[in-house]
Amino acid sequence: MSEFLQFLFSGITVGSVYALVALGFILIFNASGVVNFAQGEFVMLGGMITYFTYSAGVPLAAAAVFAILVTCLAGVALNKLAIGPARGASVVSLIIITIGASIFLRGLAQVVFDKQLHRFPSISGDDPISIGGATILPQSLWIIGGALGAFLALYLFFSHTLTGKAVLATANNKLAAQLVGIGTNNMMTLSFALSAAVGALGGVLMTPVTLTSYDVGLTLALKGFAGAILGGMGSPFGALAGGLLVGLIEAMTAGYISSEYKDAVAFIVILLVLFVMPNGLFGRSALERV
Amino acid sequence: MNGISVRTATLLALAVIILLAPVLFPSSFYYRVGALIFINGLAAMGLVVLVGYAGQVSLGHAGFSGIGAYACALGPVHLGLPPLVCVALGAAVSGLLAFLVGRPILRLKAHYLAVATLGLGILIYMVINNEGWLTGGPDGMTVPSLGVRSLLKGYGIKVTSSEMWYWISGVVLLAGAFVALNLHNSPAGRALRSLHDSEVAASTIGIDVARMKLTAFVISAVYASVAGSQVALMNRFVTPDVAGFMHSVELLTMTVLGGAASVLGAVVGATILTALPQVLTVFEDFEHVLLGLIMMLVMIFLREGLVPSLARRMRRSAP
Repeated sequence: MSEFLQFLFSGITVGSVYALVALGFILIFNASGVVNFAQGEFVMLGGMITYFTYSAGVPLAAAAVFAILVTCLAGVALNKLAIGPARGASVVSLIIITIGASIFLRGLAQVVFDKQLHRFPSISGDDPISIGGATILPQSLWIIGGALGAFLALYLFFSHTLTGKAVLATANNKLAAQLVGIGTNNMMTLSFALSAAVGALGGVLMTPVTLTSYDVGLTLALKGFAGAILGGMGSPFGALAGGLLVGLIEAMTAGYISSEYKDAVAFIVILLVLFVMPNGLFGRSALERV
Repeated sequence: MNGISVRTATLLALAVIILLAPVLFPSSFYYRVGALIFINGLAAMGLVVLVGYAGQVSLGHAGFSGIGAYACALGPVHLGLPPLVCVALGAAVSGLLAFLVGRPILRLKAHYLAVATLGLGILIYMVINNEGWLTGGPDGMTVPSLGVRSLLKGYGIKVTSSEMWYWISGVVLLAGAFVALNLHNSPAGRALRSLHDSEVAASTIGIDVARMKLTAFVISAVYASVAGSQVALMNRFVTPDVAGFMHSVELLTMTVLGGAASVLGAVVGATILTALPQVLTVFEDFEHVLLGLIMMLVMIFLREGLVPSLARRMRRSAP
């Protein structure tokens, strides 16, 4: 039982990181229809910038805020400089552009920072909390709280604020949104900034537990993408649930079946879900306009 | 087209490039780069059929290259098969796997298809990487020789391995181009290209959309597999990286960079992405930054890829 609890805790912890990546994914996907393969690089930037600002003597909290802001700028730049100019390009082109952006950011981090693994102190110390024979790090609770908080904030933003609804309107039908006076370009910029912020938050929270380096982005992007697909690529709730599920499946597989194939099982589940429910667990089917 | 068809022109251009490029090679190292370009070009050509003709995307084709490569590594050791049979075996296994998983996977569209193929590629990579008892795991394994060089030696002909592989991969590339170009102009090819524009429209005129997509998927898997086999036989060594995600990305980028629907474009894309790292070693740390930049810039400013965009520009400026 305590073994199961332990796997459960670790699953929810990594799942929360994946959920943050997945939330970032759907923010951009909803607004622009682009699957952003550079999403993992936002997480990397969040962790790396925090570490290097913190080592320069800035207090941790300020370093984290600074990192999130800089990553926001990176997100906005991605939209303005790469995605925006390519509007109307084919899906394959857009996939290659965001993969190019991901390779570019990774290369840049390697040049500006370094190739080492880094960590900075946890928010509430490193003494494990024991629950039912299993232990969980205080930082894990922060990660889980971060994912839930981001989900809640996004949910409230989309359902209770005018700006949030304007973003949804832009995603739904850009022309119609423009006709009712929504500045769709601003909404697009906002979506990218929010998405980058959510990703960077993930990076800031996870680094004390999982460490960070210039190349952590790709794996995280794939797992987060998996979570987003599992959740149906639409609602924040789907992303949260999908991300957590991927983390849980991974942890249980690593614990009970094979740690070598823990990454594989996530993809097998995704393939099965796509075969059986091509729109994910929580997605609605889309009609093709001819 | 006035006079000669695109097919003849492309084949002629490729043959001339393959024959004349060695004149410019200052050392035998360039034969190796040339061979790598032709091999990557072959895999990219397979993706031209899938991406350019049929309009389907794949982020997992390196997986099929991995199958082709490891077939050549494992076949001679475990089954006692001669290397050439192993190339065919790898191609058969890749084709069969593509056939089996293709139907459910190809029901998916755009991003979902991308992630499903990505998952497939990663699964193949993981099996190769984790089953160390069979594949040597991350350390890789040696591959038996094709035996052509010793055969040639018997006739008194001495060639370096790089030179030999330059000519072998060149001939295979030409054969691949011939098949892809013929397909382009055949009824099956036209059916394939009709799905690219609209699957609904294609099905209303009686095209079996699912079957056509599957055909393109299997063809491209076989191309990727043969390319993987050649890399393994040329290097006499193979590591799981041949099946890795980054290799899949490279292959897709080569295809789209040169022009997804252009057979010549596949070779142009392969040339740029294969030669670039060799040139960029001068910049060392900036290799990734530049690669990422090039990928983004080409896709933003030359959306159809280099060859079709430049061809259009030339046609426009012609009187």
